Amino acid sequence: MLGWELPPHNSGGLGVACYHMSKALALKGASIDFVVPYKATHPEIDFMRIHSATPLSPLHRYGMGAYDSKFFEESLLGGEELGDVRDIRGVQRKYVRYVDQLLDTVQPDAIHAHDWLTIEAGMHAKQKSGAPLIVHVHATEFDRSGEEYGNPVVHEIEYQGLMMADRIIAVSNITKSLIVQRYGIPADKVEVIHNALDVDSFANYTYDDSTYRYLETLKQEGYTIVATVTRFTIQKGLTHFLKAAARASEKYDKFVFLLAGDGEQRDELLRLSADFGIADKVVFTGFVRGKQWRDAYSVADVFVMSSVSEPFGLTALEAAHHDNAVIVTRQSGVGEVLHSIFRYDFWDTDVLADQLVGIAASRSLKYELTQSVKHEYARISWASVADRCLQLYQRVKEKAYA
Amino acid sequence: MSKRGVVLYLHVHQPLRVRKYSIFDTATNHDYFSDPDFASERNNQAVLQKVADKSYRPMNALLLKMLQQHPEFKVSLSITGTFIEQCEQWAPDVLDSFKELVRTGRVEIVSETYYHSLAFFYSRDEFERQVDTHRQKIRELFGVETSVFRNTELAYNNELAQWAEGYGFKGILAEGWDPILGWRSPNFVYRPEGTQNIGLLLKNYRLSDDVAFRFSNKAWEAWPLHADTYHAWMDASLQNGPIANLFMDYETFGEHQWEDTGIFSFFEAFIGQWLSDPNNTFYTVSEAVDAFDAQGEVSMPHTVTWADTERDLTAWLGNSMQQEALRHLYDLEHDVMLTNDIDLIGDWRRLQTSDHVYYMCTKWFNDGDVHAYFSPYESPYDAFLYFMNAVRDIRWRVMTHGGFYG
Repeated sequence: MLGWELPPHNSGGLGVACYHMSKALALKGASIDFVVPYKATHPEIDFMRIHSATPLSPLHRYGMGAYDSKFFEESLLGGEELGDVRDIRGVQRKYVRYVDQLLDTVQPDAIHAHDWLTIEAGMHAKQKSGAPLIVHVHATEFDRSGEEYGNPVVHEIEYQGLMMADRIIAVSNITKSLIVQRYGIPADKVEVIHNALDVDSFANYTYDDSTYRYLETLKQEGYTIVATVTRFTIQKGLTHFLKAAARASEKYDKFVFLLAGDGEQRDELLRLSADFGIADKVVFTGFVRGKQWRDAYSVADVFVMSSVSEPFGLTALEAAHHDNAVIVTRQSGVGEVLHSIFRYDFWDTDVLADQLVGIAASRSLKYELTQSVKHEYARISWASVADRCLQLYQRVKEKAYA
Repeated sequence: MSKRGVVLYLHVHQPLRVRKYSIFDTATNHDYFSDPDFASERNNQAVLQKVADKSYRPMNALLLKMLQQHPEFKVSLSITGTFIEQCEQWAPDVLDSFKELVRTGRVEIVSETYYHSLAFFYSRDEFERQVDTHRQKIRELFGVETSVFRNTELAYNNELAQWAEGYGFKGILAEGWDPILGWRSPNFVYRPEGTQNIGLLLKNYRLSDDVAFRFSNKAWEAWPLHADTYHAWMDASLQNGPIANLFMDYETFGEHQWEDTGIFSFFEAFIGQWLSDPNNTFYTVSEAVDAFDAQGEVSMPHTVTWADTERDLTAWLGNSMQQEALRHLYDLEHDVMLTNDIDLIGDWRRLQTSDHVYYMCTKWFNDGDVHAYFSPYESPYDAFLYFMNAVRDIRWRVMTHGGFYG
């Protein structure tokens, strides 16, 4: 298994998905060597072998950057490797070299590579070991760049990897059609396996209503809390979300919008909230994890996933689990597994505004949405994801797809 | 015939800066103005100590020396309530030195809003309460009455002048801005449009800014500025009118212009030179208004301030974040006042200090010219974020006081 992050060193959903998928596979008897590009302990992982491809800290897995101390580099790496890990391409080269060495002692039955970050290592591993390559697509460069084109180098790597793969897993039909249409990959080479929600990981959790005490007070005054938990990047469509928030506030006064997270668009969003005249209603938390992260779901009444392009969108399932009414864009894959939700096109702010007001103004609508959606996410589990992966490994091995 | 005079007016102010106040503090901690990190630029105590050492202590000592040496030397000061409160807590000796200056009888205190606010443009009631509060504080502290008014940032218009006359002031201060004055000189007393008695003093911004802004600029052709040069400029300017109104921040001396620029010795030398001519003197602001008749009417229908090349309020209210911040703050007035909770009302008023919205100004930030911009925050957006969370906390405190009163 070739990945880029695992909890607790993850920055987003990729690490969470890799963790639960591996765990479910291991429970079903799979023996997994998981390669990460950094060196760190993973206290909760004893079900597979974790290999560190570099001595870098998890913080440096996207490259060291120009401002990191030279002393730090020299102390970790030999002199001749200096400069090699300054950017992500350098880290990726080291990752490939490590996988190459690892294959001297390990002979895999299948190589499971996650996203463009590890695709080159996956291709190399396939050539060296002869084992089949499964490329698991959690996001493509088309998704990450939102309404822009994206990085041509990344597009090229993704294209090569998808061509070389024996089998491709896409996390949603949206992602599958993107792979087929934008990269010209035959549709029958791509299998859709949706992500799941690990309900157990929320089991030992009690909501602390003092975390967001201000919002709790407003709720008692009849306010509806609309939340999103995400990175503030162009992919997430938050400028459209704020526009809809302003439209909704024209029709219904008692809204508060909780933007939990951080990212390069924060300043722009702050400014927009003032431009739209709703600065007072838009609350920014900064980066949240742990209690502040989970309590953000709990304090919310409505969760919005406003992504311009979202291959899956695990946070919508997490929100549903915390009794949120869920609204997602038609461009979000998670909408394929949930039915008791509202959907809208990311640019259609009037529709989102309408849905927000509808939920806020109707207690029964909110109740129906939150109760019904629970049966829907409960149907999908990581165990069944693992079953489908094992089936796929077996068939690839038997060359059943050829 | 009255003597030619310099009207020196210095503005003394420190805001209470808001710490990094997050939504997780909102409704939990109400200590917006207490940054725990003493090294932070938002730590009000640390800033006050620093500026006291660099400016207030040495400059007050110099002013006292000038008053003792030169019987004709006079100065006018406006001292904000937020400054006084901080001195009471952290630098009582600085406050004592101001009292000593006032006791000479040749230092006049100018009236203003206690909280250095822009309340005039949002709530006339609140504005008057802050003027009253400031007058009361000055009376208690210095035992003097104020008779001349200056609004925050010298933000002035005809309506303000009319209000000031109705309130009973004999004089008011404003910027002497060319597009308003045209061919006329700022070196006379004028009458604001729509008033009968009040005298208007206009800042001679060229002579003021030579000291306040340009003094240490090595790229300036007049650098280094000597007292005799400045004296010559003053002579030339006073060919047109009897008074030169030098209005500037007190902190020009020692803080904006550090001691090593020679600002203190320049100041001392100029006063000596100026008064060595028996035709010259100094006036306080009320003396100037008394000594000279108005030379005509000046109208400023739109608000003029002493800031930037635009001389308007855009540094405080130029972008939507600034407008939103103050709109939401002042929207709470009615409910805050009804609580009768002096701590809550005080905090609400401390948030009105104009510096808070100044920190949200983006007109320089966009140019990348962040050095032109005094702020204890990383960006105008951070300033906005923390301020809005504090406004939300004020609202929460009102709500938990028994709800809104509508």
